[in-house]
Amino acid sequence: MSYELNGKVIEHDEEGYIVDIEQWSEELANVIAVQEEIEMNDEHWEVVNFLREYYQEYQIAPAVRVLIKAMKKAFGEEKGNNKYMYNLFPYGPAKQACKIAGLPKPTGCI
Amino acid sequence: MNELEPDYDTEGVVKKFMFVNRKAPYGTIYALEILETVLISAAFDQDVSVVFMDDGVFQIKKGQDTKAINVKNFSPTYRALEGYDVEKLFVERESMEARGLAVDDFVVPVEVLSAEELGGLMDQQDVIITG
Amino acid sequence: MLHIVNKSPFERSALDSCLRVAPKGGAILLYEDGVYAACVETTVTDTLKAAAIEYSVFVLGPDLAARGIAPDRVIEGIEVVDYGGFVDLVEEHGPVQSWL
Repeated sequence: MSYELNGKVIEHDEEGYIVDIEQWSEELANVIAVQEEIEMNDEHWEVVNFLREYYQEYQIAPAVRVLIKAMKKAFGEEKGNNKYMYNLFPYGPAKQACKIAGLPKPTGCI
Repeated sequence: MNELEPDYDTEGVVKKFMFVNRKAPYGTIYALEILETVLISAAFDQDVSVVFMDDGVFQIKKGQDTKAINVKNFSPTYRALEGYDVEKLFVERESMEARGLAVDDFVVPVEVLSAEELGGLMDQQDVIITG
Repeated sequence: MLHIVNKSPFERSALDSCLRVAPKGGAILLYEDGVYAACVETTVTDTLKAAAIEYSVFVLGPDLAARGIAPDRVIEGIEVVDYGGFVDLVEEHGPVQSWL
């Protein structure tokens, strides 16, 4: 199973998470977003970039509760809440945003 | 789980979980497996404490760089535990001192306990998972 | 013969057995969790200091780095080698006895 981008094949698992985080690019993020039926805007990118920084720092994809708490700390109350995040990523902010960000499936989300 | 992520509201069934790390990080898979279990338990709002004793104290040693052995360095993940509300981290004093380590050598803040204090704390747990 | 030890000296008796059996003057390489034995200021440091006099003791650098052990924390007299050095030791000292 794989995504195709500019003739390059990028493997993913059965749920769509890419296998090798090194193969991620903003272009690929847009391809994954289309499959997730998300039209990327600045607010989506803010979350995706935040997740990538989180992964750099801690080497894991955070559980949804942890992500929202960290968002609140970084961007304040208006963005660090369930409603805002589920509006951006209706099928689950940690799951969908992690997938688009090229991270593994969040830990503690089963 | 399909579709929506569940609300992790498990109020009323909070148990005291203690995870006891006794193995060095890369020689065996125990350390990584326990860490993953800790993260999952914490996501379900359990009362989690984590102990590092025997060779487990090596898991949180600063300065790990695994590039040359080509395995994932998971020591940064211990620093994420705070965000999972796992703030009770303990190191057993004798294990630490026998290995030439001090609290400054660790990637996370820990409380150092004597063997006796640790034993007392173990007695208060509902579930203890050791690896 | 090259004796190689990959178990933590705090958890297993592999290194003790190796030091009890291996003829003096031989070569010993510590790797994987065995590298913890090469550190200063532990309960096995004195044993290893003595071993470094009776044997040629080596420790694998990539395994030290993975475990966060800086080169200046390695006991004097123990030589740090890389993977290439490991291969050279095998070539030089012949059959390998692995103290698993």
